Amino acid sequence: MKLIRTIAVAGLLLAAGFAVPRLCATEIPQAERRSGYTFMSPDTKAIQDDDTANPGMLWVLDGEALWKRKTGTADKACADCHEDARASMKGLAARYPAYDKTLGRPVNLEQRINLCRAQHQQATPLPYESRDLLALTAFVAQQSRGMPITAGADPQLEPFVAKGRDTFMRRQGQLNLGCTNCHNDNWDKHLAGSAVTQALPTGYPLYRLEWQSLGSLQRRLRNCMTGMRTQIYDYGAPELVELELYLMSRAHDMPIETPAVRP
Amino acid sequence: MWLAAAGLTLARAASAQELRPYTITGDSIAESLTGAPGDAVHGRALVLERTSTCILCHSGPFPEEKFQGDLAPSLAGAGSRWSIGQLRLRLVEASRLNPATIMPSYYRVDGLERVGTAWRGKPILTAEQIEDIVAYLATLRD
Repeated sequence: MKLIRTIAVAGLLLAAGFAVPRLCATEIPQAERRSGYTFMSPDTKAIQDDDTANPGMLWVLDGEALWKRKTGTADKACADCHEDARASMKGLAARYPAYDKTLGRPVNLEQRINLCRAQHQQATPLPYESRDLLALTAFVAQQSRGMPITAGADPQLEPFVAKGRDTFMRRQGQLNLGCTNCHNDNWDKHLAGSAVTQALPTGYPLYRLEWQSLGSLQRRLRNCMTGMRTQIYDYGAPELVELELYLMSRAHDMPIETPAVRP
Repeated sequence: MWLAAAGLTLARAASAQELRPYTITGDSIAESLTGAPGDAVHGRALVLERTSTCILCHSGPFPEEKFQGDLAPSLAGAGSRWSIGQLRLRLVEASRLNPATIMPSYYRVDGLERVGTAWRGKPILTAEQIEDIVAYLATLRD
């Protein structure tokens, strides 16, 4: 089964013009993929495990209130169309970023929420990393907690997954590093004492102790890009969404942890 | 078109001007980039400074530093393993010795993609900083 999948993936990538031998040498085998959670200290794990101790739950609770609040010129709440999020949003975050037919490209969960606001609530978009957007995203994503990630399975997303992979593999910035140099080749090592990890985004938006806040995957990606001394992509840039999509496709079948806690 | 090409040439010359020329012989750069030996005491301080990036990946004989990396070999004994000229090339352009290395080229401004504006056109370390670090590493003997 695993062999068949490997061959299928290799065939796909070959069709997309990738050099397969290099791929096999660098990518982490499916069976060895580990959530960032497994790299954490018992103390930090305990914070994530207990909803009454997990600070991310404060955003989830805010998100639940926002879900029911009427807003925009249409004076509609999310709940007026989607009703109980526990049913309607279950499993959604595991499929995101997802293909948007109108735009002809993938959108992430934050962008989907803002598209919904514009189209159905006639409300202004919430700024990236604002309390309200993080809260709504966390509330929606939490409805998928424990469900396996399937993002990137839609065949229409194939070219975008490939572009995200290209960004992940490409060396850039003053330090001339690619994401792959750390997160595929050295994930079991430590960068100035901190675990490198495998860059499998299972719990976003997540509470990062370093931030003392909830934050999005794009915020985390931009942090890494600052470290690499690259020209940082703007929030919502297609390149960042493609990278998000590729990372989620790497986390295929892993359970959603939102709201996760990380050091 | 020609004007743009001329502009490009000028820009390249300007960025190249900041970098002093060096000659690679075998696997080393024999001559100091500044023409003078570096300051080993200052070199040690530079190695420990986060912005130099050394200890993000390397560890070494730095008992006062709690957070050291293990993505690359320990710097302990570097001065026994390599000559000063070999250390210099390893800082200036390690990728010449191993194209797949994750060790950045600390004295390079060309052939890089999407460098952030704050760092564009500048090498990671200056010639003086490289000489100071080389002088310090040479003192790390087993």
